[in-house]
Amino acid sequence: MTTEVRPVPPDTEPAPQPQAQAAAPPELSPAGRRRSLGVAKVVRWLLLVVFSIAFVYPLVWLVSASLKPKSQVFDNRVVPETFQWSNFVEVWNAGPVLRWLMNSGVVSLMAALAVTFSSALVAFGFAYFRFRLRGLLFGLVLATMMLPGAVTMIPVYLIWHQVGLVDTQVPLWANNLFGSAFYIFLLRQFFLGIPRELFEAARIDGCSYFGLFRRIALPLCRPALIIVFIFEIQASWSDLLKPLIYLQTEEYFTMPRGLKQIVDGFALSGEYHWEIAMAATLIATLPMIVVFAFGQRHFMEGLATTAKQG
Amino acid sequence: MADRSLLQRREGRAAYLFIAPWIIGFLVFTAGPMVASLWLSFTDYSLVEPAHSVGTANYQQLLADPRVAKSLANTFVYAALFVPLGTVVALALAMLLQRIGRASGFFRTVFYLPVMTPAVAAGAMFLLLLNGQRGLVNQVLGWFGVTGPNWTTDPAWLKPSLALVSLWTVGGSIIIYLAALNNVPRQLHEAALLDGAGPVRRFVSVTLPMISGALFFTIITHTIAAMQMFDQAYTMFYGPQQKSTASDESLVYMVYLFQNAFEFFKMGFASAMAWLLFVIILVITVIQVRVGNRFVYYEGGSTR
Repeated sequence: MTTEVRPVPPDTEPAPQPQAQAAAPPELSPAGRRRSLGVAKVVRWLLLVVFSIAFVYPLVWLVSASLKPKSQVFDNRVVPETFQWSNFVEVWNAGPVLRWLMNSGVVSLMAALAVTFSSALVAFGFAYFRFRLRGLLFGLVLATMMLPGAVTMIPVYLIWHQVGLVDTQVPLWANNLFGSAFYIFLLRQFFLGIPRELFEAARIDGCSYFGLFRRIALPLCRPALIIVFIFEIQASWSDLLKPLIYLQTEEYFTMPRGLKQIVDGFALSGEYHWEIAMAATLIATLPMIVVFAFGQRHFMEGLATTAKQG
Repeated sequence: MADRSLLQRREGRAAYLFIAPWIIGFLVFTAGPMVASLWLSFTDYSLVEPAHSVGTANYQQLLADPRVAKSLANTFVYAALFVPLGTVVALALAMLLQRIGRASGFFRTVFYLPVMTPAVAAGAMFLLLLNGQRGLVNQVLGWFGVTGPNWTTDPAWLKPSLALVSLWTVGGSIIIYLAALNNVPRQLHEAALLDGAGPVRRFVSVTLPMISGALFFTIITHTIAAMQMFDQAYTMFYGPQQKSTASDESLVYMVYLFQNAFEFFKMGFASAMAWLLFVIILVITVIQVRVGNRFVYYEGGSTR
C-alpha cells in the first residue's frame, strides 16, 4: 500500500479556536450601557490579575523559599535576602534525588508509552469493526471508569506480591499495557472521525487490518495520541498512592514518594529543614513545568475535547 | 451471502485481537480482583496468615468502628466544600476569560500551571503557605485586618485547608468551561438580547443550559475524585511521624482505607471499606445522573 495519506484532521478534533472571535457578548450591549461597560472591563481585568497572582504566586514563592537559608523561609519575601544556593546541594544528602528523578522519568515514560499504544489498539478495535458484542463490551469499558481504584487495589497488590514484583517499579506501569478506559473512549472518538472510505480504499489495495491501524488511523490521530501520552506522563509522575503501596527500597522511589520521605524525615527528627524540603519540592515540580511548556497546546486541546465529549 | 458471513467472521476475529489487551486487562486487573476483593471482605486476611472466613464481621465492624464514620463524614465535608466551590470559581474565571478574548491564552496558561504540580509537592508547599503564625496566606489576610486561622493544626480548619489546596488546582475545569462557553452560538445571545433579556437572564436561560453538559461532566468526575481523595491529605497530615493522638479531622476515607490495608494489614476489613466506598460512589453518581438528566441539554439530541 503506497497511498500517502495526508493528515486530515478528523471531525472531532477541536478546531484551533480563533480567540478574537470568542470575545463575543460585550459589543452586543446597547449604547446606553457604554459607561458601565468601561467600569465592568476594569473590574474584569482586576479580578483576573488578582486570581492570576493567587494561582501563580505560590510557585514563585516556592522558587524563592527553596533558595533561602533556614531562618528566612517564612519571611515570605519574593527575592531572598540571602541566596543559599547550597540548598540544592544539601538536598542530595537528604535522599538520592537524582535517582528518584530518573525513576520517575522511566516509570512515567513506560506508563505513557504503554497506555497510549494499548488504548489506541483497543480504541481502534471498537471504532472500526462491527462485531456482535461491541455494544456490551464498550459499555463495560465505560462502566469501569466508575469503579473506585480501592476495590481492586488489594487483590492487584496480591497478584504482584505473588509473582514477586512488589518493591520493583513494574506494578507502577504494567497495568497500562492493557489500555485505560478514559483514553480508549477519547481515542475511539477520534478514530470515528476518520472517513470510512479511507479505510475501504486501503482494504481494496490489500492493506491488512493492522495496516489500517498503523498506516492510517495512527498517523491521522497523532494529535490525540500526543494528548493521551502527555496526560499520562503527568498522571503517572504525580502519583503517590502506588509508589507508597509498592516501593519499600529508597533507591526505587519515584520523586513524589521521595519527597514525601524527605518531609517525613524532617518531621520525625523534629528538626525541620523546610528550605531543603522546598528545594526537593521544586525539583519534583520542575519537570512537569517543562512538560507543560512543551505540551501546553496539547493539554488545552485535550481538555477542550473532553468538554465536547461531556 | 456466504462470502459476506466469511468476511464478517474474519472481521470479528480481527476485532477481538485488537481489543484483546483490554479484555485480558479487564479479566486480570478488574473483574478478577473485584471477585477476590468481595471474597476478601468476608475474611480476616493479613498477608502473613491464610485468610479465614469471618462471615459479615468486617461489615459489622464498618458500623462499629467510629473512625469509618468519621472518615466518611470528613470526606463528605471535603467534597461538599470543594466540588461546589471549585465549580463556581472555575466557571467564574472561565467566563472572565471568555470576555477578554485574545489575551485569554496567557491566562489559561497561568490558571493551568498549578495543575502540573504533583499533589505531594502542592501539599508540602501549602503546609508552609498555610502555616498559622508565619504562612503567606495569613499574612495576606492580615493586610485586610483578618486574623487567619491555624489552617494546618486547628482541627476545625483541616478540611477547609484541604479544599483550598484542591481549589488551587482547578485549572482543568476552567479550560473545559472556557471551551464549552466558546461553543455557545452567538445568535442565541443576540436573540435573547433582542427579546430584552438582561445579563442574569441570559446567563440562566442561554449560557447555563448550553454548557450544562460540561458542567455535569466535571461535577460528576470531581465528586468521584473527591470521594477518593488521598495524595494531598496523606502528604499534609499523615505518614510515619503521625502520632496516634493526632486529630482525626483530616482523616479522609482513602487514607483510613490505605492505613488499614497497608499499615495495619487488615486487608479483609479494608476490602469491606472499599466496597462500601464503591456503593456510596455508585449511589451518588446515580442520583447526580438522575438530577442531571432533568437539566442537561444535549445539542441535537444525545451525544451517546
